[in-house]
Amino acid sequence: MIEILFFFFAALAVGAAINVLVQKHVLYSALSLIVLLSSMSGLFILLRADFLAVIQVIVYAGAIMVLFVFVIMLLNLPEDEDGADRLRWLKFLGIPLGLFFLFLTVITLWNVERQDIVEAQMAGTPELIGRSLFTDYLLPFEATSLLILIALMGAVVFAKKDL
Amino acid sequence: MIPLNWYLILAAVLFVIGVLGFFIKRNIIALLLSVEIMLNAVNLTFVAFSSQRGQISGQVFVFFVLVVAAAEAAVGLALVIAMYRNRETLNVDRSNLLKW
Repeated sequence: MIEILFFFFAALAVGAAINVLVQKHVLYSALSLIVLLSSMSGLFILLRADFLAVIQVIVYAGAIMVLFVFVIMLLNLPEDEDGADRLRWLKFLGIPLGLFFLFLTVITLWNVERQDIVEAQMAGTPELIGRSLFTDYLLPFEATSLLILIALMGAVVFAKKDL
Repeated sequence: MIPLNWYLILAAVLFVIGVLGFFIKRNIIALLLSVEIMLNAVNLTFVAFSSQRGQISGQVFVFFVLVVAAAEAAVGLALVIAMYRNRETLNVDRSNLLKW
């Protein structure tokens, strides 16, 4: 049963990721990415990372992707602009190299000895994550707040018309 | 039971799709979306190892990746707006003022 769910979510994720690249209009790419994020949330539930699955839907698919879709609609982009394709040769170099990298990675991972994920060993509850976040990872957590503050100011400065 | 390798292979496939998108697409928002795909592939690796090792640290790191992704989206989209206002295009090939 759990294998069927895994393959369902995996196929959904890979299909949505490919669809992000195939779509001509960037708005459809963003909507397809939301499907990818949701299927990733399902995979997190299979891995017993319950809290992260919820956060993935609320923060990633909810907040960040709404920001993307908002900007795409704000700019009101034309369908697809090709035009000056001075870097078009990157496609002929990039695709074979990327597939070669994938081939090497999959071959390596395939030959590693099989390790089963022990089921129900530990559920990623908010309590466990919060305890770890506020004890072992307190300094990175505080640094994160600084990062968000800087990103906030940077976004305002960049998007402002004349400063 | 699902072996750990399957999750890692799935993450590798998603990561390569993100890299290919970064090469193929020329729209700057599509490039940002490709970066999001890559970040998600890494997140899946983190959670798979965390679940297999029985340690919560991997899931905490996914939190930090999430925060960095949010900050990157905010700053990146502000840059996109500034670029569109100045150059009337989002094609990364057209913004070649600093190019030799």
